[in-house]
Amino acid sequence: MSALRQIAFYGKGGIGKSTTSQNTLAALAEMGQKILIVGCDPKADSTRLILHAKAQDTVLSLAAEAGSVEDLELEDVLKTGYRDIRCVESGGPEPGVGCAGRGVITSINFLEENGAYEGVDYVSYDVLGDVVCGGFAMPIRENKAQEIYIVMSGEMMAMYAANNIAKGILKYANAGGVRLGGLICNERQTDKEYELADALAKKLGTTLIHFVPRDNVVQHAELRRMTVLEYDPECKQAQEYRTLAQKIHANKGKGVIPTPITMDELEELLLEFGIMQKEDINIVGKSKAVA
Amino acid sequence: MSAELEAITRNRELIETVLEAYPEKAAKKRAKHLGVYESDKADCGVKSNVKSLPGVMTVRGCAYAGSKGVVWGPIKDMVHVSHGPVGCGQYSWGTRRNYASGTSGVDNFVVMQITSDFQEKDIVFGGDKKLNTVLDEINQLFPLARGISIQSECPIGLIGDDIEAVAKLKGKEHGKTIVPVRCEGFRGVSQSLGHHLANDMVRDWVLEKAKPVFESTPYDVAIIGDYNIGGDAWSSRILLEEIGLRVVAQWSGDGTLAEMEKTPLAKLNLLHCYRSMNYISRYMEEKHGVPWVEYNFFGPSKVAESLREIAAHFDDVIKDKAEQVIAKYQAMVAGVIAKYKPRLQGKKVMLYVGGLRPRHVIGAYEDLGMEVVGAGYEFGHDDDYQRTAEVVKNGTLIYDDATGFELEAFAEKIRPDLVGSGVKEKYIFQKMGIPFRQMHSWDYSGPYHGYDGFAIFARDMDMAINSPVWQMTKAPWKK
Repeated sequence: MSALRQIAFYGKGGIGKSTTSQNTLAALAEMGQKILIVGCDPKADSTRLILHAKAQDTVLSLAAEAGSVEDLELEDVLKTGYRDIRCVESGGPEPGVGCAGRGVITSINFLEENGAYEGVDYVSYDVLGDVVCGGFAMPIRENKAQEIYIVMSGEMMAMYAANNIAKGILKYANAGGVRLGGLICNERQTDKEYELADALAKKLGTTLIHFVPRDNVVQHAELRRMTVLEYDPECKQAQEYRTLAQKIHANKGKGVIPTPITMDELEELLLEFGIMQKEDINIVGKSKAVA
Repeated sequence: MSAELEAITRNRELIETVLEAYPEKAAKKRAKHLGVYESDKADCGVKSNVKSLPGVMTVRGCAYAGSKGVVWGPIKDMVHVSHGPVGCGQYSWGTRRNYASGTSGVDNFVVMQITSDFQEKDIVFGGDKKLNTVLDEINQLFPLARGISIQSECPIGLIGDDIEAVAKLKGKEHGKTIVPVRCEGFRGVSQSLGHHLANDMVRDWVLEKAKPVFESTPYDVAIIGDYNIGGDAWSSRILLEEIGLRVVAQWSGDGTLAEMEKTPLAKLNLLHCYRSMNYISRYMEEKHGVPWVEYNFFGPSKVAESLREIAAHFDDVIKDKAEQVIAKYQAMVAGVIAKYKPRLQGKKVMLYVGGLRPRHVIGAYEDLGMEVVGAGYEFGHDDDYQRTAEVVKNGTLIYDDATGFELEAFAEKIRPDLVGSGVKEKYIFQKMGIPFRQMHSWDYSGPYHGYDGFAIFARDMDMAINSPVWQMTKAPWKK
């Protein structure tokens, strides 16, 4: 068995992180890799396509029922799905209460201490939206994910989030060993999307590792709580994910310390590609009636 | 006069020496907190109530300490919940000598440590559900408790629990006063913010909701800011009653919820610890028209002065009685002074305490012929130092939020005959061969307030300073 590879998928909320990661990991499993998915989102939807389940019992909900996380056994929280992919959901509080970040820390510590990482080739963390606090940065700290893949699109806010995540990685890159593996562009069919994503990747000092075209088959599979790989293995989209999986597999040790850019530089980039109009300082803060 | 000038010069040099030990930035900051009082100045000239420097040893507490430990904790017929992980409640349990009469578990809960004992799952999923349960359990276990206060520890603020909603809900269900206090320890620069927050919650959750009814008299007063350390409020109350006043409330030493609720009907609020309870006194003045007066019951000079000042707010009956009471105790006071003054005359004291004592006890020492040569507050504000300027002598060394290093350096050079501070300082100075008295807890003694308290105060200071043990601190070969 080769050394354990730990990767993580980050990106703006709603960008398709979970879909992209599960499809890609399914493709990696097809290549014979043993996979563990650690969902780090209180919504606990990082494993549904693999398990065909609405949502699995999470580490934290079971811990709360049992009393504390020490009362749990690994088999209580570890489920096996498509192609023997092992799945764990960290879970977390309902929206608006408690501390989801602390939950991620608790869960990951529990998984490590109880040997969840033994006998797998890949651990993949699927982390919610943005690195909002220390808890959600847990997967990128020392001895956790070595490569981060940022899922983004040609939309401005997705690029903004990607840049922010790069900042988070930079913060931990020197202390720990985390690197940026690359950008994955999930096509939204915005103008000059590929060019823009590629340009951003270059600015961040990394590469656009794959451009995943939009295809409705993803939605068809998702309605059945399946990955495309399982639902329609022969389709073109399944091939895209296989390509992405191969690229990630070959990307081992090739991550970089990112060079995040300033907000101004990001806006310049958008201007350059005609996505944004040059800001007219005279109209700032003026309502329609005044203008 | 020349002695005073000498002291000014020496203290200035001393401050310079101390500052030299710090890195440049730290020295610049600490310089503003150290000063020498000069009699022509209106205040002590030190900066206060700002963040302590990282890296120094400060003895300050936190907002939770100020709310739970100082203001709310002594209210005896309420249960005070340390809301959060177990440590804050456990390690502050029984650390303050706020005496309270009554039967434990029936009408007195001050000796208890009640905590919601947060676990990891409470942090992750939020602690409001647990708080609901805790409040229900308290209501079941102690049905006679008049109310509950919720004293927030740090995590409550970090995870954003809605303790106000829980307090409202359970207050309605139990038909009792439940007070949520957001006194998370990371708020503010010292325990001082905790006092303020606690005062504000008394305002919002007790006074604003209470509809007090009782037969009042023209002589109703409330003791505000006396925590009954070693029985201080009791020995104060004796005098107030002797001059004909009726004490309707004690805030908060040996106090009750009902007393707090009734205070807006008092004729005058008597404020002892200005720092911790000026806020609520000002509120009652504005909202209920209850005037307040600061007083000082340490040492016979200040007791007499204060009794007269308090009496001045009332009619001649009270004024006459005040004079009679002062006269009545003259013989007793003279006896105490005759016994101890010869043993204490000229002894020098350095004080480093909390909210009011660095200035309030000066008179008591002076009554015994002693001299306070250094004074400082852990968490005082500008108004404390202004009040201090009125009572310290020319050349007194002033230190705000003093660091361990500074206090030691000052004491080493000044070699006072007594240091009055807290338990954290006690053994340092005793090992330096300097007599010491704890001036937060009265060193397991007290009360020190009033005439009765003065006799105990004088005995204790003599006991510390003139203990035969100090004869033995010199090496035999240095005789």
